[in-house]
Amino acid sequence: MGSQIVSLVVNDQRREFIARPGTSLLSALRESLGLMAAKRGCGQGTCGTCTVLVDDRPVMSCLVAVETIEGASVRTLEGVARGGELDEVQSAFVDGFATQCGFCTAGMIMSAEALLERDPDPSREDVVEAISGNVCRCTGYASIVAAILDAARRRRDAASSGGDAPAVPAGSEAADGAGVR
Amino acid sequence: MAKLRGRGYASVNYPTGMNLGGDPSQALIHSTTTGTFVVSLSSVDLGQGIKTIAAQCAAETLGLPYGNIIVDTADTDTGPHCMGTFASRGTHRVGNAVIMAAAEAREVMLEVAAEELEVDAADLETDGTGFIQVRGADEKRIHITDLALAAHFEHGRTISGRGIFLKEKNEPVPETGEMDPDSCQAHACTVAVVEVDDETGVVEVLELHNAYEMGRALNPAMAAQQVEGGAWMGMSHALFEATEPYYPARDHGPRDFSEYLMPTAADIPVQRSVILERPAANGPFGAKGIGEMTANAPIPAIGNAIFDACGVRLDSMPFTPEKVLRGLDELRGLDELGDASERAHAPATGHERP
Repeated sequence: MGSQIVSLVVNDQRREFIARPGTSLLSALRESLGLMAAKRGCGQGTCGTCTVLVDDRPVMSCLVAVETIEGASVRTLEGVARGGELDEVQSAFVDGFATQCGFCTAGMIMSAEALLERDPDPSREDVVEAISGNVCRCTGYASIVAAILDAARRRRDAASSGGDAPAVPAGSEAADGAGVR
Repeated sequence: MAKLRGRGYASVNYPTGMNLGGDPSQALIHSTTTGTFVVSLSSVDLGQGIKTIAAQCAAETLGLPYGNIIVDTADTDTGPHCMGTFASRGTHRVGNAVIMAAAEAREVMLEVAAEELEVDAADLETDGTGFIQVRGADEKRIHITDLALAAHFEHGRTISGRGIFLKEKNEPVPETGEMDPDSCQAHACTVAVVEVDDETGVVEVLELHNAYEMGRALNPAMAAQQVEGGAWMGMSHALFEATEPYYPARDHGPRDFSEYLMPTAADIPVQRSVILERPAANGPFGAKGIGEMTANAPIPAIGNAIFDACGVRLDSMPFTPEKVLRGLDELRGLDELGDASERAHAPATGHERP
């Protein structure tokens, strides 16, 4: 089987590119589409630095053969900021200094985005569970956990005060779980 | 069978920099035509934050906003020489070199401003927002962007500076062995609270309390992050990480992150950290290095806490459940015999058991 044209919706834009069968989503993002936020750490699904959202679910993009998700919606860190403004998770990471060398940060943020879209009011244990596949070698995790909880608060506050930013993006299932906890 | 709680502490003195054949680092700084200052270094930032610290030292010394500084550490072939990123030396050596370079550049900056404003350079001050002004008469002032343009296109001056910090080689005194190997020492103490499960041997770290005397925390957020992230690394060394658990046998050696274990977010203890500042006379704004020491004290503190909890004295890392259980067996064995004399040759703790 030879190379084929793959079509994805990446950060709300339809993108087409040529890929050999078995090309990882990570390689496609970085090499074909020039999106460098997702990092290649271990290349075997154990470090989480390559985490992106595929149809709103966090995946290790190094393990996904890109031709198997033809037509899917892919979201990367590059698509998180809205209109040039950092979103709540990014702002909370900056304000809470939840980063050091930065190599894990893109994956951490994408895991957090997936969690908060699923559950706007997560417990500390929920946050720990959500980032359990993301390895950080610098921070000791405490500042990251705190930042994600802070981001959840910010997003709920923005939603309850009727701000411009929706609590959850349209199309997400997260709203179903709101207020259940 | 019970979970046994224990508390232990350990302290560390840690040298900043090293001796060998002398320990220098250089910095060069120059203004672009628009008044941005480029700090050129060969000191590599691998996530520890030397670019942030170098920019802070430059901005503070020049009297300009942090945003006016670009730190260029791109190329060790072409940049001014640095011994390297090790020995907790970056902040101290490079910080001092940057301050020296920035002080020289500031002198030129004020000279050119004096010509532009037709005043004495000694009467000038910086306001920290980008203006150079006459002290006490701030209507007579010039912005660094205008100044840098004038320096380049009208005065033919480069606003630039050179800096180096050298810790000279120090030979030991033959009679006494005395020497001066470092520039200053940072100090720290960690108290660990652990729980040891005497059935499974699993050690859980519940709390880590850290006190660090670091001269001056040039960037308190980064310093606190270094202390707590380092404590996590120490905990990781103490309880989890081993490339060859039965060294030198390669059996059971980890091959990837799924086998090379480190604590995750689920394993982190409560941490409380205190930063104490006793400025070092030779440090940049009094700072000492705390790069490597942050992973040191937690390890013996956890070892001592395990001893306090269950009486097992472990002295080889990591303190795995297997080692804890062997140690407990040893202690129980002595008790069960009821006659210590028969096993008087046996070590009091379990770690040397074959």
